[in-house]
Amino acid sequence: MLQKKVKKRASLLAALLLVSILAIFFILQTLDKNILYFKSPTDIKNDQDIFSKKKIRVGGMVKKNSLEIKEQEIKFVITDFKNELMISYSGTVPNLFSEEKGVVAEGKLQDKSFFIADRILAKHDENYMPPELQSIMKNNDK
Amino acid sequence: MISNFGNLLLFASIVLSLSIIYLSNKNLKLNGNQITKHIFQLSLIQSTTVIICFFTLIAAFIVSDFSLITVYQNSHSMKPIFYKITGTWGNHEGSLMLWVIILSIFSFLFLIYNKNHPKKFRLLTLIIQNILIIGFLFFILLNSNPFSPLSPIPKEGLGLNPILQDPALAIHPPLLYIGFVGSSIYFSAAIASLISNYSEKNFASSIKNWILISWSFQTLGILVGSIWAYYELGWGGFWFWDPVENASLLPWFAMTALFHSIIVFEKRNLFYFWVIILCLMTFILSVTGTFLVRSGILNSVHTFASDPTRGIYILSFLSLMIFGSVFLLFKKYKTENYNLNQNSKETFVLVNNWFMMFYLVTVLLGTIYPIFTDALSQNKISVGPPFYNAIIFPVVVIFLIFMSIGPNASWIKNKFDNIKLYFSILLGAILINLMIILFFKNFSILSNFIIISALFLILSSIKDFVVSKKKNNLDLGRIISHGSFGFLVLFIGLNYIFSIEKDYNMKIGEIKKFDNYSIEFKNLELKDFTNYQAVVGEFEIFNGKDRNILKPEIRIYSNPKTLTYEASIKTSFIKDHYLTMSNIDRSDYYNIKFQEKPLMIWIWLSVIMVVIGGLLRFFKNAKNS
Repeated sequence: MLQKKVKKRASLLAALLLVSILAIFFILQTLDKNILYFKSPTDIKNDQDIFSKKKIRVGGMVKKNSLEIKEQEIKFVITDFKNELMISYSGTVPNLFSEEKGVVAEGKLQDKSFFIADRILAKHDENYMPPELQSIMKNNDK
Repeated sequence: MISNFGNLLLFASIVLSLSIIYLSNKNLKLNGNQITKHIFQLSLIQSTTVIICFFTLIAAFIVSDFSLITVYQNSHSMKPIFYKITGTWGNHEGSLMLWVIILSIFSFLFLIYNKNHPKKFRLLTLIIQNILIIGFLFFILLNSNPFSPLSPIPKEGLGLNPILQDPALAIHPPLLYIGFVGSSIYFSAAIASLISNYSEKNFASSIKNWILISWSFQTLGILVGSIWAYYELGWGGFWFWDPVENASLLPWFAMTALFHSIIVFEKRNLFYFWVIILCLMTFILSVTGTFLVRSGILNSVHTFASDPTRGIYILSFLSLMIFGSVFLLFKKYKTENYNLNQNSKETFVLVNNWFMMFYLVTVLLGTIYPIFTDALSQNKISVGPPFYNAIIFPVVVIFLIFMSIGPNASWIKNKFDNIKLYFSILLGAILINLMIILFFKNFSILSNFIIISALFLILSSIKDFVVSKKKNNLDLGRIISHGSFGFLVLFIGLNYIFSIEKDYNMKIGEIKKFDNYSIEFKNLELKDFTNYQAVVGEFEIFNGKDRNILKPEIRIYSNPKTLTYEASIKTSFIKDHYLTMSNIDRSDYYNIKFQEKPLMIWIWLSVIMVVIGGLLRFFKNAKNS
């Protein structure tokens, strides 16, 4: 009688453990599929196997006089003062988006110099610079 | 002057807390179940002192006393009086004052409202709570003092960020704080219960109302924050899975799990240690959230003034809390004899808790994962909405089904004798779902499942209402909360499926057409207001039947110099029209985003109804005790 109870409890515990492990595994799997890497134009140039279908974020300064506006599309060049990347985007840009200001774009890389963005990130603060960008700029100063 | 006065009050509060701890400790050694009057008086004086201290700060904001750094940095003499006042808690230092106020008021109220519990438990709760109060007061004094003086005194302040000058954001922090700072009281009570071995069912009755009230306010706080994000941030959404938002959601999951399992604890004297763990976890997660948000370790679209030294203080405080709790828990832990029937109400409540823990782990992992990858591999990453959507949405389907059938299970041993009824409810849900597809639009398989399960929960709740009304054992609070949650998921689902979003670059006079809509950019005006200038666009939206004029704005605030955009929103019972406009770097083109968002207002209303359910339960409990 007791044995049966113990058995039942053990199997219940085992089932619970299995479910928890599966749940964590499922979460981590999805996490891995959905993270966005942040790259600077230099990272993109140096990285050999960067071409993938995965979305990434790129960041840099919008280069002076590079902004081109058409009816359906906005094109601009971002730079980290070493390398450049052309970005094409159709959609709403944040108000703080302008030339010679920092920007973060989310989308897919077409080739090493051309990027199609589907989101330009909005930040509240005018003096705001994404922390990722700050560290890139700092590294470049060295 | 005002700086000295404020600092004096802060010191006085610390002294008061220390004397409360001292007196309580002395009182503990005495026999009898009486708590001396002095402790009550001191606790009352302490709350009053903290409140006066806060009002002093408000006064400094109202008269624009720029001799205080906090006022100088966050206010401006030209600011409307309402925002001068709300600016008090719109910044880090002031919001910490609010934090301490809630800690001490809850401490006092808990003391006077729990007269029929053992003295030792009450006094220990008071002591722990006062240790927390001292911790935060020191944090304020050493690192985030709102009364830090500034000299020479500047003539004018820097002003408050204009997007924070908003009625929703004025009440958002107090609501949210009652929620997650309120959870401190059951953190203290849980520790007191562990130390004093007060583990009977009565312990549940001492904290259950505090859980309900903090949960209700937490939910309202999250709602107000979402509404603000919806109309102020201009993206047209209301939840972005941003770290700051997640920080408010984490304690919410723990609280929700807690007030379900505490019902079992009260009724069946089971899960004592699990309840304690949840109590401890809720407040620890609240402080964790504060740490993540205020330390600047995570970057968020919501800018919070962040400062690493703050982070270190909160982190050490947090580690102390966690180690203390875990240590105590291990010391006191006794194996409980769970004699659970797999098919019983107890099990169903546990199922709710598993789901809550699953959501909690998901959101926690998603939120802190970037910190780890940054530290371990130098890879800068971010985790976006797709992660949360991919995990949470499919699981919601099963969750809703359990949420429908769980509450009707009986204690100890349950029998499913109404399976037929549930089948007909399920059929009804599928039928309604089919009609939506037939009359409106087809949608994905997952969406179908979500809509069906939401309808299943709604219909089951209606059934419960009718059946229990007949039997005269109506649990209105539960039925309203569960049913409204079903509505919430349903409306969010429909909103997601039927939303329309279009982006265009337009010049004045242009017309854009899609489907049977047309958008005309009619006019552009420059207007002057007292503290900002605005570029106001005029757009006409025509969808074959009605004409709507929408007037989005770009505002240029002078102090501090900031650009913001104001979305123009036309709300109706069926749908919202939402339009934002921004200028593209000094060109003639304006970048516009038009959105049609169905049933927005019903999403807000469902959340309010969920809260009303919680409050009903609260009042029912209060009446019974």
